[in-house]
Amino acid sequence: MRHNLHLQIGPASFRIGSAWAAPIRALSALYQDYPQAELPCDFTVRLEPQKPWRRWLRPSVSIAGDYVLPGAAPLPLEHGLLAAEMGMNLQMALGQKRLLLLHAATVERGGRALVMTGESGAGKSTLAALLGESGWRLLGDEFALLDPDTGLLHPFPRAVSLKNGAIAVLEGKVAADRFGPLLVGTPKGHIRHLRPNREAIERAREPARPALILFPRFGADLPEAVRGVGAAEAFVRLTQASTNYGHLGLRGFEALTRLVTQTEARAIDYHQTATALRLVETLWAEDAA
Amino acid sequence: MAGPRYTADPPGAMPTVELNGLTALFHVRSGMTHILAAPAPQILALLAEGPTTRETILARLTDRFAVESEGDVLELLEARLSELENAGLVWRS
Repeated sequence: MRHNLHLQIGPASFRIGSAWAAPIRALSALYQDYPQAELPCDFTVRLEPQKPWRRWLRPSVSIAGDYVLPGAAPLPLEHGLLAAEMGMNLQMALGQKRLLLLHAATVERGGRALVMTGESGAGKSTLAALLGESGWRLLGDEFALLDPDTGLLHPFPRAVSLKNGAIAVLEGKVAADRFGPLLVGTPKGHIRHLRPNREAIERAREPARPALILFPRFGADLPEAVRGVGAAEAFVRLTQASTNYGHLGLRGFEALTRLVTQTEARAIDYHQTATALRLVETLWAEDAA
Repeated sequence: MAGPRYTADPPGAMPTVELNGLTALFHVRSGMTHILAAPAPQILALLAEGPTTRETILARLTDRFAVESEGDVLELLEARLSELENAGLVWRS
């Protein structure tokens, strides 16, 4: 394609090609500290015009690659960066065949990892981003990569996708040059991407052992609550949070049952981010230390 | 007249892991994962030894797992066998 970028993010490499310069320019700026991937890459993402003339006329970006979602709506060119990010997510979600992929945010401290998984809107990305700026190493805000051979979690520190209210929370804590452009009016509202700090990027090939699984739930009227989650419930919820559990067969079963039998799990309800951060530290001290 | 004989795959084809009183089972042939409550795992363990009638299953369950054999236990066993058949873990031979 006319414009290309090769990115190494943790154990996965991506070749992102685009018919337009702007998405690759935005992506290069956002991922400026990341190593360039060697060819051939594991996954290919292509940002293409929906029809040839739509490269110029009301340009709209279709996401293509090794794996595609039929019927996925194209995005306007000003959201090209989001299209690239969605494309990388899609290739990983559908194409990852070796590592068990959980839709979860993960941070690490002292070689041990905290896994946070929950419904969209549970605050995983916000909590992971905040913890990543306060003594924890960000492993990833979107996917936890569980290695069936070792039981370790591999980092996948892509840019953190901050949405709506979370944007201002992080803008108050992180230098402006680590943010991508503000994307207004996307299908998920306002989005701004945050580049993880240097430690997260430089240690992106360093896995961590899972030590605590949290199922956060956010609600404006939700009273603060903590409850234990048994291994069976954790297992079922994590199979639902995985995009490739079925593909991995027996390896996936063994990896996930090992994870839930060896790792404490808790559910937390919160209505303020500060509460969630306090609960994380308290539970970490109780369960994982 | 003797009733049907039930069969299940051998344990190596259905690895299990205990999860807080429940049992996670991976059925290798279908690639399906099942979460089982007692006495389903015990029934599968018995059937793995070879085709068995429901009366023999009940007798062995009573003997090995201290299952009460009074009341409508045979009916309950039949219901569990039917569920396991529907899940593809047990069949009649």
